[in-house]
Parts: sequence; structure tokens; C-alpha cells
Amino acid sequence: MTVSTAARPAPPSTARIALARVGVELRLFARERQQVVFSFAYPVVMMVVFGSVLGGDVLPGGVPFPQYFLAGIAATGIMLTSFQAVGTAIAAEREAGQLERLQLLGTPPAAYFAGKAGQVLVTTAAQLALLLPVARYGYDVPLPVDLGHWLTFLWVAALGALAGTVLGIAVSALPGSASSLTTSISAFAIVLQFFSGVFFAFPELPGWMQQVAAVFPLRWLTQGMRSAFLPEQAGAFEVAGGWEHGMTALVLVAWVIIGVMVCVRTFRWRRADG
Amino acid sequence: MTTTEAAPLPTTTGGLAPAVEVRGLRKSYGGKAVLDGLDLEVRRGECFALLGPNGAGKTTTIEVLEGVRRRDAGEVAVLGEDPATAGRAWRARIGVVSQGEGAGQALSVRETLDHFARYTSTPRPTDELLAAVGLKEKADTRVGRLSGGQRRRLAVALGVQGRPELVFLDEPTTGMDPVARRQFWQLVRDLRAGGTTVLLTTHYLDEAAELADRVGVIAGGRLVEVAPPAELGAALRREATVRWRDDGGWRAVPTETPAAVLRDLLAAHPHAEVLGLTVTRPDLEDVYLQLVATPGGEPR
Repeated sequence: MTVSTAARPAPPSTARIALARVGVELRLFARERQQVVFSFAYPVVMMVVFGSVLGGDVLPGGVPFPQYFLAGIAATGIMLTSFQAVGTAIAAEREAGQLERLQLLGTPPAAYFAGKAGQVLVTTAAQLALLLPVARYGYDVPLPVDLGHWLTFLWVAALGALAGTVLGIAVSALPGSASSLTTSISAFAIVLQFFSGVFFAFPELPGWMQQVAAVFPLRWLTQGMRSAFLPEQAGAFEVAGGWEHGMTALVLVAWVIIGVMVCVRTFRWRRADG
Repeated sequence: MTTTEAAPLPTTTGGLAPAVEVRGLRKSYGGKAVLDGLDLEVRRGECFALLGPNGAGKTTTIEVLEGVRRRDAGEVAVLGEDPATAGRAWRARIGVVSQGEGAGQALSVRETLDHFARYTSTPRPTDELLAAVGLKEKADTRVGRLSGGQRRRLAVALGVQGRPELVFLDEPTTGMDPVARRQFWQLVRDLRAGGTTVLLTTHYLDEAAELADRVGVIAGGRLVEVAPPAELGAALRREATVRWRDDGGWRAVPTETPAAVLRDLLAAHPHAEVLGLTVTRPDLEDVYLQLVATPGGEPR
């Protein structure tokens, strides 16, 4: 005998649950004081520190250091609010059993991921909205000069945040406790910043560092940001002698695809499954 | 405690099919069999308690039934569907009171309930839930500030929010103080009164005796006995033990006919007092310990 479920309406759609997820993610983010301060203050503080110490330096191509640095720290900020925030949050939520509840409620994974992506989008926008005026009015860094440069800024930022979100979900599947994963992710992110030309002019880094960095998205994200913030002629001083927009898009999209494939295979609601 | 209407949505013709049917369930971890051919049937509307020591396979069984753990072999039907392949419509019909957190410590109780109400098409109103689990006064308290017992109540509220037909409770009162336990028991009775089927696991005998219509004792990965709590281990209970003391120390005679043993004993001591004379029958705990004892004799 089969049991009819006609008396019960169909469960809410993935889109409706995704919307609820975005709301709750943002609310929780806003209440997590540590996370708010770290995500929003880190790029601004770094801008202030490096802008104040090295503000007078001029890099190849006649670019003042703060202008070069803004591109790097904006890219770092995007990595922070996407990759780092998502990777550590998912590990912690899994450990606390929050994901187990979502699984038991039959939550579509896509709705959960969409919630994370929505949170990343809003927090990244807020963070950049805070950073850019500080650079503009505190250190005289010109903002993108025309609509074309703003559009470059937008697609690079969006693609970078998307890659960061997807890769954050992917790394959250690594074994180990949430706190050890948080430490590993932070350590990796810091090293990657040095390798990717956030703090120094990328072309002046040792070749092997450049080659390592070229594998990861951050190096391309920073170069893409430079193409939005720096004058056109500064492109000649990049490693390839130009801004490489095609290559930047290709690498970031490739990471999104790799990340999605890894997520599909490795994402789990529970810590261990026998 | 306020009792509220806890009726699950009606199912049409399925009233006669069991809520849970399991045949020959097997599951091993790393070559070690945790479930070794478990059979189980839970009827619609009853409260069934899976009783067993830690590591006996209770939680694994529940997880297989919830569709969150793969099984190695066996047939499983929960509300008529195989949990391993059932979809969201099926999941909406079962409720799980899990040990895990809500949505986050920084949300209030009311915010948590309101949030999860959006995951189901048949949510019970938040105020009704708050009243049912006795968290009305804590509605605006953040989850992170709740006591352990209050968190369990929130977990119960979340477990029954979508008006499930079948509710799983996995060791629901572990770590609760006696008062909280009794309040929790009342909650389960309220659920039952509304027609919800309840499957709970516990290692507390009094809890099983208090709540369950039938108790299944699980040991060594199998169900070794199923009976109403009062009839559990009927064969074991028939045997009484007559104890007394004589010059040689304590004597204990296990017997199914204690009166006959007593007659002989008193006849042998026509004038003297029989020191320390008692006749005892095994209580639920004795029966349980015998049921779960391994062939080697040690309780697992």
C-alpha cells in the first residue's frame, strides 16, 4: 500500500530557501563582531599602515606606492570576505552540527551555497565601499578614471569573489577541526599575499615566486585590480608587458570550474561519514 | 506546561502500513559489524524505544532510517519509502530532534524558529511552538545563552516544526537534569496524543518504561527482544531467587517455583528463624542486563 502525500504541499523551492539563507547569513555575520571588524578593518588598516610608511615611494612606471597598494589590498579584501570567510564559516558550522540540521531538513545544497554567495556579495561590496574612500581621500589615490575602468573593476571583483566563494566551500571539506582549518587557511592566505604582489611590486619578486603565484587566483585578481586603478601606461611594467585581461578571466573562470567540481564531489553536511 | 494541538497532517490510506519496516539491516565500519541483520517494525502512532548500551548500534540504526547514512544490506522502508533514495517530499514528513545547533548562537530562539519555518510548506506557528516546548519566556534570548535543557527544547520545537508524521529522538534526555527530563517526557506524550509516531533511542530504562508502547532491546547489532516495557524479558522474569544465610554463609537458589523452595526451607528449620530470608524477582534493569549480555557473560 502506498502512502499518499497529497495532503502536504510541496516543500519550498530552492530559490525561496536560498533567499532565507542570504538573510540569516547576513544577520549572523553582522552579529559576529570579530568577523565584522576583521573583514572590514583589515584592508583599511593595511592601507593606512602601508600608505603612511611607504606613501612617498614611487614604483616603476611612475606609479605612487599607495595607488599600487590599493589594487593589491582590494584584491586581498575580496579574498578575505570570500575564500577565508566562507572556508572557516562552513567548517565551524559543520562542527557545530548546523549543517546536519540543514541536511535533515532536506535543504538543497545549492540553496545553502547561494546563501553564502549572497553574503559574500554584500560584505565584499560593503568592505570595498569603505576602503576606496579611505584611499581616495586619505592617500590621494585616484579611483578608476572612466566607465570602462569601473566595469573592469566590477567584473574582476565579481569573478574574484565568486572564485573565492567556490574555493572556500571546497577547502572546508579538508579534514581536521574547524580551528585548525581556520589557522591553515589564514596562513595560506598570508603567504599567498606576499607571493601575489600585494605588498611588493609583483614584477620585482623572484621568478619562482611569480610562477607559484601565477597558479592561484589572487595574483590575477591583483593584476586585474591594477588594470582598473593604475594609469594605462603602467601595464607595460607588468610581467607580460600588458594587463592580460583575457588570461585573468581565463584563470579565474578556470578556478571557479575546478572549485565547483571539487565541491560537488567533496561537500558533506557531516564531519565524517562511514 | 501548555498542551497544544500537535496533530501531524493526515495521511490518507496509509494508516495500516507500518511507519518503519526494517529487514536484515547490516552496516559495518572498517570490517567491524555494527548492525548484523537487524529487523524492526514500528507501527503508526506508537512510541517505540530502541534500548541498548552505548555502541550497540542505536544511533547507526536511526541514521539509516533518517536517510543520512548508507547501509551495507537490508530492506528499509520509512513511511513507505526507502530513505536512501527518498526525496524532499518524504523528508518533509519526518522530523528529527538532533543534537546539533540551530542556525547560529547569535540568533534568538524566535529568530531561529522563524528562520527554519521557511524551509517547510507546513510550519506550525512560532508562538504555538514556543508555548508547546515552554520557551515563551526565552523567545528573545539568543541561542548561545540558553541552558542545555533549553537548547534541547528548541531542538524539539525544530524537530516538530513541519508537522511530521514520524519523529526521531536520538537519546533526547542525555545530560538533562531530572526536572527537565520529566518536562521532556510530557512533551513526547503531547506529541503522541496528536497521533505522531515516535521512535526514540535511549539507554535509560526508566525513560523507555515511561514513554514507550513497545521496547526493542538492541545488542550486538540485532534486536534481541521486542515487547511492551512491562513484559520485557518475560522468560527471564519467571525465575525468582530465594536467598538466606546459614552456617556456611549466603545461599541463593534460583527457581521458577519459589513457594516450593520456601516450603522445603521452612520445613528444614521448623523452630529456628531463617536469617536474611528474601525472595526477589528480576526488575527491568536485571532483565535488560541479561538481554544485552554477550555470550561471554559481560554486559557490553
